[in-house]
Amino acid sequence: MRRLGSFALRTMPLAAALAAALALAITIALALGIDPARLAALLGERFGPYAWGQVLYKASFLVFTGLAVALAFHAGLFNIGAEGQAVAGALLCAVCGIALAGAPAVIALPAALAAAFAGGAFWGWIPGWLKARWGTHEVINTIMLNFIALALANLLVTRFLGLPETVRTAEIGAGARLPRLDAFLPALRGSAANASLLLGILCAVAAHLFLRHTPQGLALRAVGSGRRQAAILGIDAGRRIVLAFVLAGGAAGLVGANFVLGYKHYYEDGFTGGIGFLGIAVALLARNEPLAVVPVALFFGLLSQAGLIVNTLLPREVVEILTGAILLAFVTSDRLRARWMRRRAAEAAALRAPEAAAGGQPA
Amino acid sequence: MTIALALALAAQTLRISVPYGLAALGGVFSERSGVVNIALEGILLNGAFFAVVGTWATGSPAVGVATAVAGGLATAALHALATVAWKGDQIISGLAINIMAYGFTRAGLRVLFESASNSERIPSPGSGPLAHLPGAGSPLGAVLTDPLFLAALALLALSVVFLTRTGLGLALRTAGEHPEAAHSAGFSVARLRWLGVLASGLCGGLGGAWLAFEQHSFTDQMSGGRGYIALAAMIVGKWHPLGAAAACLLFGAAETLQIRLQGAAIPTQLTQSLPFVLTIVVLVVWVGRSVAPAAVGKPYDPEGES
Repeated sequence: MRRLGSFALRTMPLAAALAAALALAITIALALGIDPARLAALLGERFGPYAWGQVLYKASFLVFTGLAVALAFHAGLFNIGAEGQAVAGALLCAVCGIALAGAPAVIALPAALAAAFAGGAFWGWIPGWLKARWGTHEVINTIMLNFIALALANLLVTRFLGLPETVRTAEIGAGARLPRLDAFLPALRGSAANASLLLGILCAVAAHLFLRHTPQGLALRAVGSGRRQAAILGIDAGRRIVLAFVLAGGAAGLVGANFVLGYKHYYEDGFTGGIGFLGIAVALLARNEPLAVVPVALFFGLLSQAGLIVNTLLPREVVEILTGAILLAFVTSDRLRARWMRRRAAEAAALRAPEAAAGGQPA
Repeated sequence: MTIALALALAAQTLRISVPYGLAALGGVFSERSGVVNIALEGILLNGAFFAVVGTWATGSPAVGVATAVAGGLATAALHALATVAWKGDQIISGLAINIMAYGFTRAGLRVLFESASNSERIPSPGSGPLAHLPGAGSPLGAVLTDPLFLAALALLALSVVFLTRTGLGLALRTAGEHPEAAHSAGFSVARLRWLGVLASGLCGGLGGAWLAFEQHSFTDQMSGGRGYIALAAMIVGKWHPLGAAAACLLFGAAETLQIRLQGAAIPTQLTQSLPFVLTIVVLVVWVGRSVAPAAVGKPYDPEGES
């Protein structure tokens, strides 16, 4: 009974968030004069294997950006810059893939992946260094760096790297390309889902192992739980802050594997479209657990695909409204949950106290 | 540089600085009461959207200003509900509200104007009762006699008096510095913070209206990061209304420069990045000279653990 109660308490914020989103979706539909049943029917009809493939493709982005936010959060840092880091990584990834056009896969693919990681890691290093060296707050810096990355990438693509009259680069060589998942699962035919999803899952596992089972990961988390305590343990907080941001940026940069190496085979201006911000939602609902990032990313991929499907009836931007509502509901109910759990613990302590006072067993 | 050009540049700087200044003033109210307000970006955006919708629906820019303020207040109320009443994380709540505002205004554009990018054109509020003064026809005179500009100036002056010279203003600042003290003095910390956040909605809503009337329309994502930059201006201005306003003039001047540089040899993408780069640099220069309210960002929860 009690165990069941605590399970309910733990999952309450998630349930509250989903309930709020569902209620809001129905309210918006009714306000626009659309029968929610028609929406449901449309979703049921169109959610075939291709749509599921698209869900996997969208989720792949969110695994990387979700990890980018979660990793930084373990060091006590808010990484709102995944969008810019993704742009930097994907652009460098494409440049590398083009430069190695004639190279075999054993060289081109690792190099392109390394470039994606390095581009994002560099863009993440900037706010990390600014925080560690100068003490300026990463929230404003990462937001500013998003705008700067978008402007610079636009400049590079339109002036130097792009094909004439387009906002995209040339195609990368065959060696750097990642296979589509429909090569193994014919049902997904035509969808953009590709092997970068597996790379994302690998990264999630690696992030989990790094944070839980390596000295560097432990030091990073120690900084996150309190810089003063970390200093007492002899941990150089500045270095861990830079490390966290470099790893976070690198994870975001690997978005390039999904878009450039796995799907389009070129870089296209403006491809990110908010995936960095969605990464914040993913990390939050996953409670910054790298392994939980994967299923939560799938959920948001599902939501995004659902938005596209109902777009003929309902503006697809409703998905953004729902995402915001999910975040708000989650973050507020999480606080309520913490209160209830404290109250419960206090009650339990009050129950135990008289026994202890009567000379019972020591706790 | 001729005097006429200097006056024109001054006028342009003032026009550009108004939405920054109003948003930064909103930030001062909110953060001084203890609530980080990243939602200012969404407040500006919703304010601009409702300014256009109100004006478009009634034909009256005055109604548009009122609906902009109402939109700003409603957005801020959502932030206060999440962070003050329910004690949620202030940064996450702000980001959530901004994501919602982007989605809401774009969906609104599609539903009302059947466009993904911009609304219909709206009339501007006109030049107001001071338009007959000598010099009101010049670029600088037109700004200085603009009713919305005068309202913004009045709001700035009132804010200074309120925050530094009134008991309620002192209480509001105490809620951000030392909420326990405000509580001991018999004030409700929650009410003071609601007041601070709602004041930011009022200021930000007006800032949004200014943006919309300057462009005579609503365009997708037209707040363009101004809400975030305004927060940096507020930090540079040491969380004081006048300091924040002065910092916003700096950002306004930088953006004026950017617009004037357009078409020159420098690529527009570089000049467009100027305010964002400037923000990062200015924060580095100012770090250590500017100290945030002690309790900002922390939910006030007497029975809580943090």
